[in-house]
Amino acid sequence: MSINRTDIDYISNLARLALTENEKELFTEQMGAILMYVEKLNKLDTEGICPTSHAVPMENAFRDDIPATSIGIERALANAPDRHETYFRVPQVIE
Amino acid sequence: MELYEKTINELHLMLKSRQVSSTELTRAMLSRIEATDPDVNAFITVTAEQALKDAEMADQSISRGDCKLLTGIPVALKDIFLTAGVRTTCASRILHNFVAPYDSTAWARMKEQGAVLLGKLNQDEFAMGSSCENSAFGVTRNPWNFSHIPGGSSGGSAAAIAAQQAVATLGTDTGGSIRQPASHCGCVGLKPTYGRVSRYGVIAYASSLDQVGPITRDVTDSALLLGVIAGYDTKDSTSVDMPVPDYALALGRDIKGMKIGLPREYFIEGLDPDVQKAMDQAIATFRSLGAEIVDVSLPHTDYAVATYYLIATAEASSNLARYDGIRFGHRAENADGLIDLMFKSREEGFGTEVKRRIMLGTYALSSGYYDAYYLKAQKVRTLIRQDFMDAFSKADILLTPVAPTPAFRIGEKTAEPLQMYLSDIFTIPVNLAGICGISIQAGVSSQGLPIGLQLLGRPFGEETILQVAANFQKNTNWHTIKAAL
Repeated sequence: MSINRTDIDYISNLARLALTENEKELFTEQMGAILMYVEKLNKLDTEGICPTSHAVPMENAFRDDIPATSIGIERALANAPDRHETYFRVPQVIE
Repeated sequence: MELYEKTINELHLMLKSRQVSSTELTRAMLSRIEATDPDVNAFITVTAEQALKDAEMADQSISRGDCKLLTGIPVALKDIFLTAGVRTTCASRILHNFVAPYDSTAWARMKEQGAVLLGKLNQDEFAMGSSCENSAFGVTRNPWNFSHIPGGSSGGSAAAIAAQQAVATLGTDTGGSIRQPASHCGCVGLKPTYGRVSRYGVIAYASSLDQVGPITRDVTDSALLLGVIAGYDTKDSTSVDMPVPDYALALGRDIKGMKIGLPREYFIEGLDPDVQKAMDQAIATFRSLGAEIVDVSLPHTDYAVATYYLIATAEASSNLARYDGIRFGHRAENADGLIDLMFKSREEGFGTEVKRRIMLGTYALSSGYYDAYYLKAQKVRTLIRQDFMDAFSKADILLTPVAPTPAFRIGEKTAEPLQMYLSDIFTIPVNLAGICGISIQAGVSSQGLPIGLQLLGRPFGEETILQVAANFQKNTNWHTIKAAL
């Protein structure tokens, strides 16, 4: 599986990650090499094998729904790059 | 012997019997950091002032007769653990100004036992790397030889132990990030079974693989610290509700008749001759202690790195979506609207390796490729896990090298990501299988760098690997050889 610049632009858009020209060039080559390497998985027949999403067998983890205190507005906003009163402020979204 | 060379076990008795005060001990560690860290660069943040205040509090509680296991003992944490009121960066520019609003459970449990925090340790950014070279806060140097890497991603956590800057540290292990740096720095690194230790408040990289564990000077300390941090946590629904045994009790048991399996796929051509020699000597030691050495096979080993780099990057691309410049962390200036703010904040905030993994993971999860990459990798993961379960039907534990070579040189592998990834070949399968593993020093290379040995146990078999590791340290001297600095 080779990767071209169109793929890189498409993925970087999905990831909301701007890349420099240099990075685009570097990643086109390196991701191509990595994807070639992972092709080896196709040598294995995995027909009928269940996927593992969790290494330790567990049933659904339920707990009692007991109200508890949260960290509070001030602490939640303490790291905000920009805030207005009790809100996170962002650039204008609606014209 | 200097104070800063001692173990938790030794210092606890000294503190309890008032032979030393926590203030004295904490000062000794802080001066040691001041003397060695300009060379090593293990710390991102040193919390000297708070540490001395906490040491004084510890001394007061000791004088009241209250001395818990870690009371007054100075420790440090990988900068991936949230520590309330203390900057927590994950070695990333995107979190350079982030002050954690609450404590991770692992740290909260150490704090409850009286531990004193010296500071936060360097790592690969977001735990992505094998060399501690991917940090926004500079490279950490191996205390055994400053031109070599300390390993990664918990490189600062291992280097701080090797440089005797902290009594014990915590790291995290997603594909070897505790065991490999512990091996490269000549200390003891334990990756518990997935679910044994809570991941609450630990910045997520790949959630189905990440696990918290101790890095210590010896096996006894590893057992003691695991006992503190292990156990069910209502705040992490993947932590397992099983009783926590007294791990220290396992250390005194002998290993006569125990079956130690050697996975033949791990003893390959191309293994560094010094590493091979250390393994041969260790095998002979275990034989002389009455263990039975058996041949086992993990046939899907060759597929582990490929499987890992699909699963880990896919999970990372999802976990790292939260860093968008809106609620915390770095926000780009001069962005043209909300979406552009996200693009630019992420561009400016993430380093190259993190970007590469987000890109790869996003690709693996993208429409039309999910089945071919992520789902395929999850199926192969089942086969890799089954290999281990089959091996554990023939052997009680497995013995392998931690890494194919001792620590490589700084800059040696940065240009070739795939070569860097392949250096984790012996540690990655363990995370995919979710089992436990411990890395202990078992030799020194001809270049004077430490060589580690890995012992792997069944799920929740931490007692067995600690027992075998303790028997090794009782009968060898490798763990007493220290970096000269």
